[in-house]
Amino acid sequence: MGKATKKSEPVTDTKDKTPSSRKKKYFDVSFYHDWCKSCGICMAFCPQKIIGTDSKGRPVIEDADRCVGCRFCEIHCPDFAITVSDRKPKRRINDV
Amino acid sequence: MPTPAQAIRHEYLRHNKKFPHVWCPGCGNGIVMGALLRAIHHLELSKDEVVLTSGIGCSGRMPTYLDFNTLHTTHGRALTFATGVKLANPALNVVAIMGDGDATAIGGNHFIHAARRNLNLTAIIINNSIYGMTGGQYSPTTPFGAISTTSVYGHIEHAFSIAELAVTAGASFVARSTVYHADLIDRLIEQAMQKRGFAVVEVISNCHVQYGRRNKLGGAVDMLKQFKEQAVTVSRAEKLSPEELEGKTTIGVLVDRELPVSTEEYKKVRRRAHESGDKV
Repeated sequence: MGKATKKSEPVTDTKDKTPSSRKKKYFDVSFYHDWCKSCGICMAFCPQKIIGTDSKGRPVIEDADRCVGCRFCEIHCPDFAITVSDRKPKRRINDV
Repeated sequence: MPTPAQAIRHEYLRHNKKFPHVWCPGCGNGIVMGALLRAIHHLELSKDEVVLTSGIGCSGRMPTYLDFNTLHTTHGRALTFATGVKLANPALNVVAIMGDGDATAIGGNHFIHAARRNLNLTAIIINNSIYGMTGGQYSPTTPFGAISTTSVYGHIEHAFSIAELAVTAGASFVARSTVYHADLIDRLIEQAMQKRGFAVVEVISNCHVQYGRRNKLGGAVDMLKQFKEQAVTVSRAEKLSPEELEGKTTIGVLVDRELPVSTEEYKKVRRRAHESGDKV
């Protein structure tokens, strides 16, 4: 986690100088575990290697801030169990 | 607000069917199903305009999950039923989904003659080099020397290439992809459905349970990695020598040609017969 926040620092620094189109975009990856068969394709091919496993071997996202939104996992999931969405700003404190 | 992927799932999957689907974990059939849905969604076709037919086998399960007009037919006869649907109503977009054994062994004759007739159909052939559902017997696309339940000491026959067979048989559009290149499958299916004439999309898929396990190719992830390494695009393959191309899979559009389409030619024949005034 510590490394990831360090990496994102230069991006936030340039945010003020560069146009808003250069701003880093954040994504949310959600898994629908009822349909997931834990085949491992999403974990193996993630370019950022941010998909890990929980105690049952099912995929979980470890560091969502590093997701680049390539949607490789979404289109290669044979079971339609992954959704990658643009991150929306939080409206309430207890928003997930 | 659902994302585009969620919208596709909500619109095109039959949610009264049991999900997750029957295929093994990591099976390429699911990836092809997703690519087919994205292609149809991108073409903005209504669900009533699309007909899916399939034969028997793992791939034959695909239309049962999809909310179009679907036909789950007898073994090898997906193209036969598709021909009937197309002749009855040429306005429909008919897609036949077949496996390698379904298309080239049991329905081999139907396949080459559908290509020769050049009906305005789309055929998606999922090639996993084995009969997966029935227990791993060798199919016409099992490579020489491979192990299967009916070739325990190595396969003694040679495989043929489905895409090259379709080119020789006279199909208008022939393309090949692998399940690793899922976005390419989207584009190829989209082009194939827009093409006037018989369009074949061969998708090299993984059967890690029946084929990969016996041939020490690893699981789904390892097989997808091999597809990635073996794949060569058509433009790059032209520059390589035959020795360098050995063991490689050419992906992309292999043939795209304009040929008279039999459904349109049939209309012309009817008009000519009508104009001649012969009383038959």
